[in-house]
Amino acid sequence: MTTMTTSSGPVQVAKPTVASHLHDYWGRVRGGDIGSLPAILGLIVLCLIFGTARPTFFSAVNFANLFSQGAAVIFIAMGLVFVLLLGEIDLSAGFASGVCGAVMAILLTDHGWDWYSAIPVSLVTGLVIGFVLGFLVSKVGIPSFVVTLAAFLAFQGILLVLLSGGKNISIRDKFVLSLANDNMSVGLSWVLAIIAIVGYAAVQFMRLRGRAARGLVTDPMGIVLARIAALAVLLLAAVAVLTQERSINPLIISVKGVPIVAPIIAVVLIVWTFVLGRTTYGRHVYAVGGNKEAARRAGIPVDRIRISVFVIGSFMASIGGIVAASRANSVDPNSGGSNVLLYAVGAAVIGGTSLFGGKGRVLDAIIGGAVIAVIDNGMGLMGYSAGTKFVVTGLILLLAASVDALSRRRAAATGNR
Amino acid sequence: MAATPLLELRGIDKSFGPVQVLHDVGLSVYPGEVTALVGDNGAGKSTLVKCVSGIYTMDAGTVTFDGNQVAIHTPRDAASLGIEVVYQDLALCDNLDIVQNMFLGREKVRGIVLDEPTMEQMAGDTLASLSVRTVKSLRQLVASLSGGQRQTVAIAKAVLWNSRVVILDEPTAALGVAQTAQVLELVRRLADNGLGVVLISHNMNDVFAVSDRIAALYLGRMAAQVKTSDVTHAQVVELITAGRSGNLGLPPEKPAAAGFADLTPPGADL
Ligand SMILES: Nc1ncnc2c1ncn2[C@@H]1O[C@H](COP(=O)(O)OP(=O)(O)OP(=O)(O)O)[C@@H](O)[C@H]1O
Ligand SMILES: [Mg+2]
Repeated sequence: MTTMTTSSGPVQVAKPTVASHLHDYWGRVRGGDIGSLPAILGLIVLCLIFGTARPTFFSAVNFANLFSQGAAVIFIAMGLVFVLLLGEIDLSAGFASGVCGAVMAILLTDHGWDWYSAIPVSLVTGLVIGFVLGFLVSKVGIPSFVVTLAAFLAFQGILLVLLSGGKNISIRDKFVLSLANDNMSVGLSWVLAIIAIVGYAAVQFMRLRGRAARGLVTDPMGIVLARIAALAVLLLAAVAVLTQERSINPLIISVKGVPIVAPIIAVVLIVWTFVLGRTTYGRHVYAVGGNKEAARRAGIPVDRIRISVFVIGSFMASIGGIVAASRANSVDPNSGGSNVLLYAVGAAVIGGTSLFGGKGRVLDAIIGGAVIAVIDNGMGLMGYSAGTKFVVTGLILLLAASVDALSRRRAAATGNR
Repeated sequence: MAATPLLELRGIDKSFGPVQVLHDVGLSVYPGEVTALVGDNGAGKSTLVKCVSGIYTMDAGTVTFDGNQVAIHTPRDAASLGIEVVYQDLALCDNLDIVQNMFLGREKVRGIVLDEPTMEQMAGDTLASLSVRTVKSLRQLVASLSGGQRQTVAIAKAVLWNSRVVILDEPTAALGVAQTAQVLELVRRLADNGLGVVLISHNMNDVFAVSDRIAALYLGRMAAQVKTSDVTHAQVVELITAGRSGNLGLPPEKPAAAGFADLTPPGADL
């Protein structure tokens, strides 16, 4: 396009333009590096289908519902991304979330603890569970599939024991209940959205300036602006919808504002994305997932990395368990059971995280989680039974896994190995 | 012979369980020279390299680096001395880009944040110093590179750290004619820059094209270390296949070969 060049160190490369940037991106997609693209396209198609069939799908009430319905699964899926990045699996994440939720509920309700002591204990339970799983996988050498399958059954048992054979523990703590059920004020909703947009723009521009100052290749300004604009439109539109009155009878009670879980998800997303993308630890997670032997020869403590991803996985499951307990107002022997694990694994994989390790982002969990929440919610609105929903979700997971496997083969065929 | 060796191995023994793979091996690597390490499949070349790089611990023997006796127990020990190895199987992560691979395990950080611009700049400088101009972008995934480009990245990774000794295990085994020539040129340039280079190769043409010295391993013993200009093709082949050639190599009266030949089946590589 242009003959202008820029140096990347002294290696001369063509300065990318918007067109060449898009062209390169398309080249990567065709080469088998498709990332979240199918999930995003799928999400749009699903929304159009459900929105046409059931106009209430696009109502503010339903949009808000999607958040509280999807939140628990999304938290668990974000943890699973780390486990999947190493090509491992954690089948116990669902019931681990149930156990952690139960620990919190028992401390709150049966022992009268406050939320600020009960929640940390629940989170630490998650850390301990993850450490045990990771230790068995990396130090003892049992395949993660077996360890976590055993843990799946064991945690289900522990949950039953904790709940003395099956009683239901309800939660009355205001703070815990607010996590999944309450909304922020309209003002705060807007302020946080603006902060998020400005913050994102600042990070993007700082990166651009830092690289330009060193004479390194930078993304074209047009692409950077487009990214910021896309985020701004998305966030502002969502806030605009969510700050509308959602109550059937606003005179009695007013319901509006962004659900509290939304900023919690956003903060967790930012933290883990930073860890994976900008720290040595994250780099080493990708390296171990990509080539364990190369990582070992590079002096990376492979065993410790393997333990750590299970710790993060179960820690995130405990957050998921707390949020699920908050939404249900209670914990019962089936908390974290049923479709929770499958939805969480599905969310990560549908979002574009590879089952073969080495490829994936925390954001994938949210995109995939949104797809699953939309299917669950939309099919519910259309009156389909739970059975049909499970079948469809199962098929979508299979579809995502095939896309993953096929794009790997495509990558091999096109020399992307 | 006036120069003193940069890296000197003496009396290296290495066994895997009951199988002794290396017997009393010695090797001298001189700065500014390419030392070719040759030997049949299973002679113990890769094992010797892995002992030097700290992946295996040696059973006996001494390593002298720059005149000082050193102990190498981990890959990091070797790296901190300035000994870098380009392994037979490259050891690159396909899912990471060129810069990320070159700095793997030794990332530059500012605080807790990866210092990407610095790493990218250093990687670019190193590739340029090796006159590598074939990569499109430093942020290209290694998966998308050709065999020769991958080899180049692996070599660049080895010279990034002001290394003093670079050991390359069969760097041209999987390459075509043009790319082989490129890599050999690169190997020669490393030595011309004053590094001590060890090149493992099965290809006699390559060995004679770039090396200053040839060290021949025969069934885990160092048969001979000679100047390339002092020997012929045929002599080196004899050293490799029989352990001696004329008055070069292992003494004939020592019937050692038969003693352990069955323990180290040739061709059984990792
Ligand atoms: N980890 C190991 N355990 C047991 N034996 C091994 C191990 N690694 C190598 N060996 C044996 O040591 C001997 C030397 O192997 P090595 O890989 O060093 O040979 P090489 O000279 O590099 O051969 P090639 O030219 O085929 O690469 C072989 O007989 C091999 O079977
Ligand atoms: Mg070898």
